[in-house]
Amino acid sequence: MATVRTKFTFVEQLIKEPIIWKLAKDFEVVTNIRRADVTDERGWVILELEGDQDEIGRSLDWVREQGVRVDPVYEDVVEG
Amino acid sequence: MSVAKKLRCRECGREYELEPSNVCEFCFGPLEVVYDYAALAGHVTRESIEAGPPTMWRYADLLPVDAENAVDIGTGYTPLLRAPNLGRELGLSRLYIKNDCVNPTWSFKDRVVSVASSVARDFEFDTLACASTGNLANSVAAHAARAGMQARVFIPADLERGKIIGSAVYAPTLVAVNGSYDDVNRLCSELGDKYPWAFVNINVRPYYAEGSKTLGHEVCEQLGWRAPDHCIVPMASGSLFTKIYKGIKELAWLGLIDWHPTRMSGAQALGCSPIAEAYDRDSWNIRPQKPNTIAKSLAIGNPADGYYALKTMRSTNGSAISVTDEEVVEGIQLLAETEGIFAETAGGVVVSGLRRLVREGRVEPDEVVVAFITGAGLKTQEAVAPALKPALAVEANIESFEQALEEREGVLPLTKAV
Repeated sequence: MATVRTKFTFVEQLIKEPIIWKLAKDFEVVTNIRRADVTDERGWVILELEGDQDEIGRSLDWVREQGVRVDPVYEDVVEG
Repeated sequence: MSVAKKLRCRECGREYELEPSNVCEFCFGPLEVVYDYAALAGHVTRESIEAGPPTMWRYADLLPVDAENAVDIGTGYTPLLRAPNLGRELGLSRLYIKNDCVNPTWSFKDRVVSVASSVARDFEFDTLACASTGNLANSVAAHAARAGMQARVFIPADLERGKIIGSAVYAPTLVAVNGSYDDVNRLCSELGDKYPWAFVNINVRPYYAEGSKTLGHEVCEQLGWRAPDHCIVPMASGSLFTKIYKGIKELAWLGLIDWHPTRMSGAQALGCSPIAEAYDRDSWNIRPQKPNTIAKSLAIGNPADGYYALKTMRSTNGSAISVTDEEVVEGIQLLAETEGIFAETAGGVVVSGLRRLVREGRVEPDEVVVAFITGAGLKTQEAVAPALKPALAVEANIESFEQALEEREGVLPLTKAV
């Protein structure tokens, strides 16, 4: 089992979509939301995903395909 | 000696021991080093700092590692220059340039990496790693060499040759990833989970970021122990911006300078300006962007410290500005032609941003303004090269020279009186 900490950022058009519910339903991944901020114009959710490493990878690919930005938590990995 | 005592979550306030960690286990908020400032009172004085080495380590008491354990390649205490020529061009009577181009690997990143590599060695890591588009890679490779550590530096495969050589010369394991910046991001995030390496801007990030404070410390000391009225800082993640202000505040907390309402303003390139865009919308919400600018050292589309930069900016009555790529090049040229300093693209962003802020009345003409120039121009020559006049091509005789000069300048200069 693996755990991944990640940040999803939603653009305005996706705020009302139940992306995290679908993720938990369609993939063998446990979602654990730690912090979130959602407004009319934008939303972000910081959460932990737990499951098989490959399954988590597939679930994150699916989230990206929906148009959600996926980032590591509090890391600008590539810097100047 | 260092009085760093804990790591504290900037969101929920939970505290942790000083360890290699950057995220709160409870809320996943970012961690920050906290110090026992009371223990420094009376012990740190202007005189004790002035008696220290001519590097950033003269402020070791305010860093999370002891000076004797520092990995120091001579970073910091860079010149603060009065800039009367540029000031005249911009309409500022008291403009200063903090020239951080002159650090050992020619950018301010040496400050953060000097701290990160020192802490990494304290924590007994044997490998220093990073993902970078240039400046950070250069600095990590150099500090690892000095510290006797292994370096693993990850870059996008299509990076410019000059930036690759600036890292490769220190003989790190240089990894050119076949993919975009996002791909490098993802890979390094996964590697950070798998290998016991010190990724300078991931698991030792809270310590790494502290190195930037020394820019704030130095500027106050160099102004004769006073804080500037207004700082103009380039913004990528927003970390540098917030840490310069923290450095200024620390000196005031310790009674080394008087309290002063320093305004903090930040500049970004329009092609990657998520913080300035949120400022313009009067919002706290950063909308991530896909970077598209020549100012690659500032191209972070979803800045981790963006919210905190906005907070600092608004609480100090500063502001944010973004400039086009054409203005970036103009800014580089203007700084070079007026003050003799060749900056990289981030410096062009700062100078052109400052010009706009003055025109819009957001910087007062008589404020003590400090513009932070954070990297040297030789690293990004390709950005400015097309805008420069070519050399006069002449034969080795006076006639050929005078003909070419007359064509270029219209008239010939006066000759010596006979």
